[in-house]
Amino acid sequence: MAAHHGGDAGGRQRTRRSGWCKRTTHRSILRQTARTTTLPTDPMSDPAKLARRDLLTRGASALGIAAASALVARRFYDRGGWQGPQSSGRREVRDFRVRNAPGPSDFAIAHAALAGATPTQLTRHAVDALGGMARFISRGDRVVIKPNIGWDRTPLQAANTNPEVVAAVVTMAFEAGAHSVIVTDASCNEPGRCFQRSGIWTRAHRAGAQVLLPAEHRFRTMRLRGEVLDEWPVYRTLIEADKVINVPVAKHHNLAKYTAAMKNWYGVLGGRRNRLHQSIDRSIADLATFMRPTLTIVDAIRVMLRNGPQGGNVDDTQRTDTVIATVDQVAADAFGCTLIGQRPENLPYLHMGQARGLGTMDWRTLRPRELAFDGAGALTDYALAIPDDTAADEAAFAIGRRFLTPSSVILA
Amino acid sequence: MSESTPRPIPWLGTIGVIDALDALITPSPEPTPEPRATARKRPQEPVAREAPTARATVLQQDTPAITATPTAPTAKPAPSRWRTLWTKLTARPKRPGSGLPARKSIVLLRNARRLSQAGFLLLFLFLLVRTEFRGGFAGGATIRMPYPVEAFLLADPFVALMTFLSTHTVYRSLWWSVGLVALTLVFGRVFCGWICPFGTLHHLFGWLMPNPKGNTTGGRRVEANKTRPYQKAKYYLLLGFLVAAVFGSAIGGLFDPICIAVRAIGLGVLPFVNYVTGRSLDAVSSGNIRLIQHATDGTRDALVATVLQPRQYFFHQTWIIGGLLFLVILANRWIPRFWCRALCPLGATLGVIAKHALIGMEKDHAKCTDCNLCLVHCQGADSPQGGVKWRQDECHACFNCEAACPEDVIKFRWLPNRKSTQGSPQLDRRKTLVTALAGACALPILRVSDTLDANYYDRLIRPPGSVAERDFLERCIRCAECMKVCPNNALHPAFLQSGIEGLWTPILIPRIGYCEPSCVLCGQVCPTGAIQKISEEQKLGNRERNIPHISIGTAFYDQGRCLPWSMATPCIVCEEFCPTSPKAIWVEEIDVPGREGRMVHVQRPHVDPKLCIGCGACEKVCPVQDRPAVYVTSVGETRSRTNVILLETENYNRT
Repeated sequence: MAAHHGGDAGGRQRTRRSGWCKRTTHRSILRQTARTTTLPTDPMSDPAKLARRDLLTRGASALGIAAASALVARRFYDRGGWQGPQSSGRREVRDFRVRNAPGPSDFAIAHAALAGATPTQLTRHAVDALGGMARFISRGDRVVIKPNIGWDRTPLQAANTNPEVVAAVVTMAFEAGAHSVIVTDASCNEPGRCFQRSGIWTRAHRAGAQVLLPAEHRFRTMRLRGEVLDEWPVYRTLIEADKVINVPVAKHHNLAKYTAAMKNWYGVLGGRRNRLHQSIDRSIADLATFMRPTLTIVDAIRVMLRNGPQGGNVDDTQRTDTVIATVDQVAADAFGCTLIGQRPENLPYLHMGQARGLGTMDWRTLRPRELAFDGAGALTDYALAIPDDTAADEAAFAIGRRFLTPSSVILA
Repeated sequence: MSESTPRPIPWLGTIGVIDALDALITPSPEPTPEPRATARKRPQEPVAREAPTARATVLQQDTPAITATPTAPTAKPAPSRWRTLWTKLTARPKRPGSGLPARKSIVLLRNARRLSQAGFLLLFLFLLVRTEFRGGFAGGATIRMPYPVEAFLLADPFVALMTFLSTHTVYRSLWWSVGLVALTLVFGRVFCGWICPFGTLHHLFGWLMPNPKGNTTGGRRVEANKTRPYQKAKYYLLLGFLVAAVFGSAIGGLFDPICIAVRAIGLGVLPFVNYVTGRSLDAVSSGNIRLIQHATDGTRDALVATVLQPRQYFFHQTWIIGGLLFLVILANRWIPRFWCRALCPLGATLGVIAKHALIGMEKDHAKCTDCNLCLVHCQGADSPQGGVKWRQDECHACFNCEAACPEDVIKFRWLPNRKSTQGSPQLDRRKTLVTALAGACALPILRVSDTLDANYYDRLIRPPGSVAERDFLERCIRCAECMKVCPNNALHPAFLQSGIEGLWTPILIPRIGYCEPSCVLCGQVCPTGAIQKISEEQKLGNRERNIPHISIGTAFYDQGRCLPWSMATPCIVCEEFCPTSPKAIWVEEIDVPGREGRMVHVQRPHVDPKLCIGCGACEKVCPVQDRPAVYVTSVGETRSRTNVILLETENYNRT
């Protein structure tokens, strides 16, 4: 059968194959060498001897490989040994504050008697009293808004920032000409759940903001060079912006006693933040040193009085219908803590913040204004002028306390 | 010249020419437009039925064809490259033998089957990827899966039958499986050939990586696709599992193909893909170049929005699950669809039903030339070739055999005559008896070891809404839907924590993730009711309406490791994260002496076992990194009447 078809092609194939083999086997080389050595020839053409060129190339390649390995070893040489991380140099600061933009006030409290005003109105009036959002945001700014979206709680439980307040800030930022507005936070509970159930995702999205969930890849480790915080994963989205607006919620915290503006920067960090609690005041101060926001707007529409920061029971909260807007995060907390009946002098992190020059605990020096809505929605706007003495300290403390009673009569 | 040499049917002999080498030696000047078609040319006279598959005969048959091949020098201009490509793409290889074309309807059916397989595989993967909570701006405060992501399991008659035998109920949507039974009664095992995503995977890999020692259409393939006795194994397995189910164990879920697909792909393949992608993008963006970082961030956002998970998930001992998947896929290299033929209990269930199917095969044995083309393409190893009886219970109804048959032997018909059909596996009576005995003995053997009634593992924390352990083992089919859907990566396949019997049942490992208090998704996706469908209110309880909460365990302090308890350091992250209201963790304000004698004010945490729900949030967030100072054990779980601490629980008071 192979006669016709295979004989031709197959035969050739075989010869070709065997020829190929002959050239490559060891024995064939030996045979070849044996044959050639018997021939009397000059050394240059004697295949048994190394040609000079061959000798040179082989020698050169051997030397080259040796030299290259030596170079590589030298380049990647590791002496070993170990040195712990050292915190040194200046503290890292991300300062988003606006300079040279004075306004009529640096500290505004908008407050309403029960059902006197919506959260949106309160937020707007508080920011307007500082000179409006245009004082802080320029056209084309990339704005990042950092509410507290830490917990898997509904708005009524007041563990997260009120979604209406967040939406109002988003709208105002766009009105002031912001190019883009991002709303984000690094949550404690499962983020998707926190963002959705807090209502902030819906409201911020509807207001036109881009709502970003804290994905692992958006954190990058950096050195904060603080007193207790040094190397931590930092949420890049929050620090890669033109303007940052801090929109915390005022609430009780079992360890820090009160949490709002300064403590809200816990959301800048990734990783296992649970170590921070061992020196909570110092870490709050470190974070507030690192993050200097453009504007702080404290949501105190509903405050949590007990079981903070997570709460979970509406009975732990109370409506206070207040929004604080300020450029000073220390002052924001110094006043805000009175809303839950806490005294600023009990909060060590406020003292640290003031000592580090982050702001002042005496909010009365910031030309404070109060915007009070009565039950019918009528607005009174006036400067809060409280004399600077011991009795007045009590009076200042009382201002926050009185908001706690929903039926409180507005001053003036 | 060499190209025009006809090729013999490859599996009948090894003679032939090696194209590449011959082409080198004798380059043929004239273009040869249809090498494949000519290669398949065979004598046109029908070959006698008696012709054996001996090589000699084939050679004789081939000889005239070889001698008759002329080299045709043509004066035609060479066709353009595009034209050649087009003819190559559109040309159908000429069929060997009589070359009778398959019926149009069969070709259509075969193509429809391929589409259906691809579609159902994609649907399965889509549902699997979507078996997770993805928040959104449109979502409200109540979180549920928008569609039944566990649909494939709900339509699984093996799962339904097994849990029916163990619980004497058909749980909720498991009645969907009746639809699949009906489908099988009409069309046979179309589920295996047309729908099953795991079967499609095997089909795909059987095609992608054929036997290394024969080619895709070689003799080894034919041998591998003949009906073999090992195919009975799946019937014995099925029997054993069903008997075990009668005695109260749904352990057969370990072998259910849908369960395996969800488990192995959901817990192994998807996290693997996530990991590799994440690490690769990390490596690319590590150079701190802003532009590249933006690009990788954008890529990752897009991937997370579509196929990837928003975070990296880790699963307990999942390498074993992944490894087994790898092995069973690898088996396709030697025996195509080894899993489906030899082991699949769902296939066996459907095989038993398929015996009564309305559609079936008729064969005209006289016309068969033993070309074995049907066997080359057979998926179920169900003897489609002439001379033997077709095995209806093994057939996947893929219609490859009829589409391949060039001799008009195989015909699928409605209500066929059953002359050449065998519908039952003809199990050996003694083996059947032994298998049933093994199934009956399995459970007592497993239970006399110390996992359930004695020395219950303290960390065996079941998902919230789970039924009591015995009922749980009657229901849990280890499908891993709950583990896939868990947003906190809290649920894991148990390895030996609850013995062999509890292999790959869900346990909660709080150190990896805690049970999100407002989440009830695991119960929602559980197809068999091992985890009941509870509401948020049932889970968290409601004091005003006198609804008690569901507890899955109780937290305990390891005071020697706790910072406030033993190191005079303030901490109480556990208390901060405790989700109950009032908090189950309460603190004792106390001044403790520090090392220098200075008093340090700390808050020492305590657990109130009445309020603790065992969610494990405290254990998850405890800063004592390696072995946490607070940990959860299963004691006090609501589902158990024996695994309790307190004399009274709210549960007893209620009734």
